Amino acid sequence: MSMVQKQTQHFVTIKGTKDGLNLILDDSCAFRDVINELDEKLSARHIQQTEGHTITVTLKIGNRYLTEKQEKELRAMIQSKQNLEIDRIDSNVISRDEAEEERKRSTITSVARTVRSGQVLEVDGDLLLIGDVNPGGTVKAFGNIFVMGTLRGIAHAGAYGDIKAVITAAVMKPSQLKIADLISRPPDQVSASIHEAECAFVKDGQSEISVDRVQILTKVRPNLTRL
Amino acid sequence: MGDAIVITSGKGGVGKTTTTANIGTALALSGKKVCLVDTDIGLRNLDVVMGLENRIIYDLVDVAEERCRLHQALIKDKRFEALYMLPAAQTKDKSAVQPAQMKKIIDELKQDYDYVLIDCPAGIEQGFKNAIAGADKSVVVTTPETSAVRDADRIIGLLEKEENIEAPKLVVNRIRNHMMESGEMLDVDEIVSILAIDLLGIVGDDDTVITASNKGEPIALDPSSKASIAYRNIARRILGESVPLLSLQEEKGMFSKVKKFFGIRS
Repeated sequence: MSMVQKQTQHFVTIKGTKDGLNLILDDSCAFRDVINELDEKLSARHIQQTEGHTITVTLKIGNRYLTEKQEKELRAMIQSKQNLEIDRIDSNVISRDEAEEERKRSTITSVARTVRSGQVLEVDGDLLLIGDVNPGGTVKAFGNIFVMGTLRGIAHAGAYGDIKAVITAAVMKPSQLKIADLISRPPDQVSASIHEAECAFVKDGQSEISVDRVQILTKVRPNLTRL
Repeated sequence: MGDAIVITSGKGGVGKTTTTANIGTALALSGKKVCLVDTDIGLRNLDVVMGLENRIIYDLVDVAEERCRLHQALIKDKRFEALYMLPAAQTKDKSAVQPAQMKKIIDELKQDYDYVLIDCPAGIEQGFKNAIAGADKSVVVTTPETSAVRDADRIIGLLEKEENIEAPKLVVNRIRNHMMESGEMLDVDEIVSILAIDLLGIVGDDDTVITASNKGEPIALDPSSKASIAYRNIARRILGESVPLLSLQEEKGMFSKVKKFFGIRS
């Protein structure tokens, strides 16, 4: 009897799309109920019988907030079923901390000053420096670094591991460039100074920092545009 | 109420003491009442450069520890009625004085003098903190060497954090024309562009500066020397006159000629 009751409540709706399965989970019931019902439904014969084909699964969990532990459990349960692979989990909600983190990371902090020898300027998101970084000075950002003046000191973009971060400078004469955990140092021979803006980034699949004209970023980092 | 100006550099040996002595002398020449204060406790030598070493009875530490009154420790210059100096102690070290004591002394001196010039020791530690404690303005001395410019940059960064001190001004000392011409030395434009502060003056490297300072006669007294004119110009700029950077423009003209020359060749 109890089983029938559960079925009629429909905590889990399964929809087939051309990309795989959408699992729509009710967001007002207990997590336990969802897990149980999902487990049951995914064990049903017709889903298990798709012989060899891997089905991509998108979870839509509405306004439910999954704790790390719950997410792990949910993923483990689905992964344990044959042929199912989680593509992503769509939730309408994030925690306050995550939101704050996200906001910090996506803001551009503009600073108008000279970062002098011995000084360290560190920001959470992207840094827009209107001024120079002198030798012995350091700028560090969670995201990208844009220097409107001359970069003569050290710049560290993607300081917490974002390999996609870039560094640009109107005049690029750094003593060191760092992106995520990669470091590069200009050659000891001083090359003829180039009078155009340059950028530093890590090419896909490579583990060294490339320096090029700033215009190339339109191609290699199109997501820098946030219109 | 006078102005207290600290003369500092970060790096040692770039000419802080010589600059202090000569700007002080040049200001006194213009009829101002000037007091020079040596804060390099333990390594004093402003008194030597001024030729006043044998007149020292009390020093800065004696004043700070109230063993004597301020005016008792002041030494009157042998050439000017209105030029005095407060010598540093030679037997103690920098920790013998605290910034608050320094500020009190400088504030007291500002009552009586038009200009109080504070000669700062090298470094960024206690001695530096003492020297800037009572200052309203600052002059950063550098030479056209990368290491001196690097230290000047560090010092400017520290001075900019001090709310009571106006934006520092720059003196580039010991410029050797022939080395700048050949590009072996940083040129003044480059130094100013890195440090990004106002240029107060430039002084050429001149053997007579050394001779004069050994004799205890600041070079600013000798009107025939180029370095003397440079120091007098700096003093006039401190007094608020808008003296064109004469020697700079002269040399600048030369620099650009040199640059052009190289430009054509390369």
